[in-house]
Amino acid sequence: MLEGTLNGNLNMIGYGLAAIGPGIGIGLIFAAYISGVARQPEARGMLQSIAILGFALAEALAIIGIGLAFAL
Amino acid sequence: MTTWLIAAEGEGFVSPGPSTFVYPPIFGEGTFFTKPMLITVLGAAAVAVFFLLAARRATVVPGKLQYAGESAYGFVRNSIALDAIGKEGMKYVPYLATVFFFLAALNISGILPGLQFPATSRIALPAFLAIITCVIFNAIGIKRRGLFGYFKELMFPPGIPWPVYILLAPIEFVSTIIIRPLTLTLRLTFNMFAGHLVLVLFILGGEFLVFEKGGLVGIAAGSVALLGSIVLTFFEGFVQLLQAYVFTLLSALYIGGALADEH
Repeated sequence: MLEGTLNGNLNMIGYGLAAIGPGIGIGLIFAAYISGVARQPEARGMLQSIAILGFALAEALAIIGIGLAFAL
Repeated sequence: MTTWLIAAEGEGFVSPGPSTFVYPPIFGEGTFFTKPMLITVLGAAAVAVFFLLAARRATVVPGKLQYAGESAYGFVRNSIALDAIGKEGMKYVPYLATVFFFLAALNISGILPGLQFPATSRIALPAFLAIITCVIFNAIGIKRRGLFGYFKELMFPPGIPWPVYILLAPIEFVSTIIIRPLTLTLRLTFNMFAGHLVLVLFILGGEFLVFEKGGLVGIAAGSVALLGSIVLTFFEGFVQLLQAYVFTLLSALYIGGALADEH
């Protein structure tokens, strides 16, 4: 193995790019959750399950990305 | 041959790949019982034993173990079944609780010393549970409204101009019948897969830098990686419990959606 060469798979760079979108989406979801709880602390329990649901749906995109990065 | 052997023998460091997840049979060639299967059996047995012991000799004033079992079961009942489905959710608490604790046990085996492999990172297990969930919520919908009525309500929700149905009907059908179980499976599998891979990378990379490469830079960087692996282990534990919760919550929401009378 030559010194200074990089070995890896280009798929991983693609996955990195693909993770930007879900990352922004998850950030927006939790920002809305935090400001919702700050306005109305008693709604925390209800907001929490909605926030986790939105997080799970947005995260699915990143997860499909990493799945395809290894599969293809 | 497992990856860590390659990493220890070779000249440079070979980063772990998907081959990390392939285990040889425990009892030698030709048998089929591998480490993920052992973890699955152990996890199921641990959950069963815990709840059997907690439910045995139940008293009005609960002891420590009974209290632990009841609050664990109560968590699934109150914050998943009743919140996501409503009053009718009581009927599905046994299924949801089983899924939650089975998945939690198998996920958390990824950070338990000695096991350190999340059995759910092999796709068969989440896929099987997702198929069960899919069958349950479709069966509930069909039982409620009949085969024709279920698909009519699913694909042709009222109050929409008819040309939209050309687009909407196939999208709704595919998203409910195919995408839902698929994303349930992939979300759980690849969360565990990626988490385990990151942990393996940090621990093996840190070990390689400290013991194989050596030198001031190697030891400094390797120590940081090894310390980081401890932090990541705790983070991974959090993610594993969260993913068990998410899988159960989504199952409950799908069941609740099928139970609801009107959209």
